[in-house]
Amino acid sequence: MADKITLGKALNHGLRRSLENDPKVVIMGEDVGKLGGVFRITDGLQKDFGEDRVIDTPLAEAGIVGTAVGLAIRGYRPVCEIQFDGFVFPAYNQIVAQVAKMFYRSKGKVRVPMVIRIPYGGGIGAVEHHSESPEAYFSHTPGLKVVSCSNPADAYTMIQQAIASDDPIVFFEPKRRYWEKGDVELDAPLADAYPLHNARVARAGSDATLLAYGPMVRVAMDAAAVAAEDGRQLEVIDLRTLSPVDYPVIFESVRRTGRAVVIHEAPGNLGLGSELAARISEECFYSLEAPVLRVTGYDIPYPAARSEEEYLPDLDRVLDAVDRSFGW
Amino acid sequence: MAKGERKAGATRPAAPASGGAGDQHPADAPAGGFVQLLTPDGEHLGSVTTADGTTYAVDFTVDEYKGLYRDLVTVRRLDAEATALQRQGELGLWASLLGQEAAQVGSGRALRKQDMAFPTYREHGVLYCRGIDPIMPFGLFRGVDQGGWDANEHKFNSYTIVIGSQTLHATGYAMGVTMDGKTGTPDGEAVIAYFGDGATSQGEVNESFVWAGVFNAPMVFFCQNNQYAISEPLERQTRIPLYKRAGGYGFPGIRIDGNDVLASYAVTRAALDNARNGQGPTLIEAYTYRMGAHTSSDDPTRYRIASEVESWRAKDPIARVKAFLAKQQMGDADFFEEVDATAGKLALDLRERVLAMPDPQPVTMFDHVYPNGSPELDEQRTAFSAYHATFEGSGH
Repeated sequence: MADKITLGKALNHGLRRSLENDPKVVIMGEDVGKLGGVFRITDGLQKDFGEDRVIDTPLAEAGIVGTAVGLAIRGYRPVCEIQFDGFVFPAYNQIVAQVAKMFYRSKGKVRVPMVIRIPYGGGIGAVEHHSESPEAYFSHTPGLKVVSCSNPADAYTMIQQAIASDDPIVFFEPKRRYWEKGDVELDAPLADAYPLHNARVARAGSDATLLAYGPMVRVAMDAAAVAAEDGRQLEVIDLRTLSPVDYPVIFESVRRTGRAVVIHEAPGNLGLGSELAARISEECFYSLEAPVLRVTGYDIPYPAARSEEEYLPDLDRVLDAVDRSFGW
Repeated sequence: MAKGERKAGATRPAAPASGGAGDQHPADAPAGGFVQLLTPDGEHLGSVTTADGTTYAVDFTVDEYKGLYRDLVTVRRLDAEATALQRQGELGLWASLLGQEAAQVGSGRALRKQDMAFPTYREHGVLYCRGIDPIMPFGLFRGVDQGGWDANEHKFNSYTIVIGSQTLHATGYAMGVTMDGKTGTPDGEAVIAYFGDGATSQGEVNESFVWAGVFNAPMVFFCQNNQYAISEPLERQTRIPLYKRAGGYGFPGIRIDGNDVLASYAVTRAALDNARNGQGPTLIEAYTYRMGAHTSSDDPTRYRIASEVESWRAKDPIARVKAFLAKQQMGDADFFEEVDATAGKLALDLRERVLAMPDPQPVTMFDHVYPNGSPELDEQRTAFSAYHATFEGSGH
């Protein structure tokens, strides 16, 4: 039976189940213990699993990830929480130079199975460094896998799958969707869950393909609903996995619809949309009725909160891009 | 050499002294002193008591002293062979340990079998003392792989080239030792993290000190202060002696004569045993000197003067052991000759095996990126192979 819970609570349940199922799983980060995390994603876990399993760390992100590498070498499966997107950069060296390369460096003899959870994206009226979308930096790095959930059901299964995977995974959580509710099958076996590194058609359509992930899936779904009233059937693909991207699902869709619009909050320049546009052009050239269009954040530092609604892709900007695609 | 338990360590079970040596500092010590058990002239001091009353001593058998001498000579000889191989174009790079043999052999032999080491890229001597085939890191320096060994199998982590990053790995690993319940007894596990004077300026190293302190991690921070970070002298890294940094993080720091293999052994063994017994971390500053270049790409004549190098040559880590053995009549000319000859044979064997290392098949560059693989990468690998197949027979 499905429970209607928030995305944040779904993550909490997923983390709890991972802690229950594998004694080697440890959660570490700033304020994750007593406080339960600033977003309460780890709420109650330290109380139930103890201070050795849910570790309040010193305030240093490189330290969190670097010590997690050591724990992973020792045989643990650390789940690191980076408190906010804009705070990940002190740990960037450890993630890119160590986490991503340990398996390669050792010719497959040393695994560092770990998950780095990052609440990301804007829309919550926050101050500087609390609204960024740094996923392209990590997706660009061989050795890392990168995923992002968009709804409570996926949040619940994807966090467990990420923890169970031997690949090091950067797990982007759409922080402005933490409070959105959805049906989650808490008792369903994880083995039956949709695979972690597969994209999913979130809404079927025949006229154009919207590609989105994380917080922008909601925007894409809303745009598709409005477009349907105008007689346009938009297909929405929730990428779910950003590295590697599940291209076969995308190519199949675009060959059918002939049009693609990529949506993300991160700046457009060299963002995930750039790579998607390039790959779709290479693989679906003769099917395209228009160039692949992108609806993204602008190429500026994330603006002050009172301007963010104008910065973030929204329903109107997505529909405008769809119009442009059809007007080509 | 005999690998049995040597008799060494501190007389007090308490944590090692915070500070240098006692009131009477060795003549060649920097201001503040250091722990020295074997003088540059080969005089064995038997024991030394630090300012806080901790006594360090070694009492080895004749075979054990001779074994240490053999270790020192061997790692220097292998290092010289590697330098020659680099100069002959057979290695892309070599980071020589010349001058730092005592720091590495002493601390390396102080490790117990169950202990874990996290090296930089210069710890060839520690690697050797762990009983590992010295050829292991040569794939990295020859450019046929990036290391490629199993850290847990050898209890010796991958060489880490980004300065200081491995200290955090060591600390996390040590936290895992505690979580596994492997501390608090004499047969517990301990962890050692190697780094240099330059690394002490890195944020990550300072974070590892914080972590190790607050989590009481069972580990030893072993800093080989070889006086230079490539060209930058110690004065550009610190205003106070490095071992004193430990006080700010709440654990003991101690400076040793890094050219004295006995001090290196005794102090490291005591610190490791304190760690395994649950008494937390220690910072050891091994005061030494990099006699060669930073790596084979470096030219030290641009930043240091010959007389300085000469003054350190007088404190050579091997000559003092040889002098001691000779004075004590533990080793005669035949012994010294045999050690040299044996080391030479090992070096020749190493050379032959390095030259015989096959170049990797280029397509293997796609291997071991992800434990679970990636369909994108599989496609690239296939395309790579198909592209290269078009050249077959074309002479390219």
